Amino acid sequence: MFLGLFNYWIVIVLMMIGFYIVIAHGNLIKKIVGLSIFQTSVFIFYISIAKVDGGTAPILTEGVEIYSNPLPHVLILTAIVVGIATTALGLALVVRIKDAYGSIEEEEIQKKDNLD
Amino acid sequence: MAAAIFIVKMKDLIAVTMMLGIYGLLSASFFVAMDAVDVAFTEASVGAGISTLLMLVAVTMTARTEHPVRHKPLLALAVVFVTGSLLIYGTLDMPYFGSADAPIHQHVAPRYINDSMQEVGVPNIVTSVLASYRAFDTLGEVVVIFTAGMGVLALLLVVHRREDDEKIDSLNKSMHEKYLVLRIVAKMLIPFIMLFAFYVQFHGDFGPGGGFQAGVIFASAIFLYTMLFGMSTARRVINQSFIQLLAATGVLLYGSVGVVSLLNGKEFLDYSALSADPVSGQHLGILLIELGVGITVASVMVIIFFNFAGHTKSPQNKENKDF
Repeated sequence: MFLGLFNYWIVIVLMMIGFYIVIAHGNLIKKIVGLSIFQTSVFIFYISIAKVDGGTAPILTEGVEIYSNPLPHVLILTAIVVGIATTALGLALVVRIKDAYGSIEEEEIQKKDNLD
Repeated sequence: MAAAIFIVKMKDLIAVTMMLGIYGLLSASFFVAMDAVDVAFTEASVGAGISTLLMLVAVTMTARTEHPVRHKPLLALAVVFVTGSLLIYGTLDMPYFGSADAPIHQHVAPRYINDSMQEVGVPNIVTSVLASYRAFDTLGEVVVIFTAGMGVLALLLVVHRREDDEKIDSLNKSMHEKYLVLRIVAKMLIPFIMLFAFYVQFHGDFGPGGGFQAGVIFASAIFLYTMLFGMSTARRVINQSFIQLLAATGVLLYGSVGVVSLLNGKEFLDYSALSADPVSGQHLGILLIELGVGITVASVMVIIFFNFAGHTKSPQNKENKDF
């Protein structure tokens, strides 16, 4: 049981590390880093379900019978590129917040908002 | 995993970014070990390359160190532990790693594996699923990437200034002497990176690769050029509005392939309408839409990078004038 479910546990540990960064840190860039760790853990989850014992990469060649499942690969392939595009959008927002508030720490931003 | 734990601990955001790059590379090697070569390719170029670069630019534009204050770390830790243990409890029913009779392998996957050679005629199943069976999905993803690029443009649009140019030009000349070896070696590398991007683009039918990876690799060649020769030189080589036009062209190329097959009396994005022989129609369709994907991804990445890198100068200039 331990070996069979080990992949899911690694994913969960990574996911929780990302989650912890997102909720416990006040720095906006750190939060985005946390989100991308969370995101990668989901990628690893999908890819690990696609694996079939004894299978090879899903590129058709002669003499190979078992292939890993190609569908999750497709989903994650596009998700990675979409992920970087959305991360860039998030970073752009952070940069604008820095311009407007002079800080990227959540608490300082809130303080400034309360003063206004 | 160790890399991830380090990321939590470290305060220096540049070091965090570097660890994130290492983490991206490590997860790419995980993907190779789990047979997902296409995904590993993408993750290596995106996770270890471009995202590290963008993070670095963002860090230099904001603040380098993080404040040590955290919101109620114990409460956060408790929430994380409860969620984590519930999730682990949930995995107890999951099929074991690598088992061939898991539900995911029972439904559409056998059709892709067994029939894609007759129906699409492309050895790389990932490409045929991406570009043919699930082409509508992929169109959606390309539109999302395009929208994200436009969002960055809306947030960080920089107005190009002449007087900055001359300053950077003189800076460039002094740097040219300083980093002569670095510049020449990189200059020699750039054509090979671009050639590799084209190989990845057009060989995606047979080996790992395709429009998404090729776009990212091509963009990284331009990034390298920009970093070595400065923004203004790169801007002179690559016209901003041209690259914005290209980003839109990629999406339109993809969509119009779909419309052409509609006009020929088939369903949207059914490539067998493109040619008399369905299989060669599929080939043509996949080639065209992968090209559309590649163009869009590369130009959106360049747009994002240019606007990030260009943004650094403007707020500082404003501050200098104010004080």
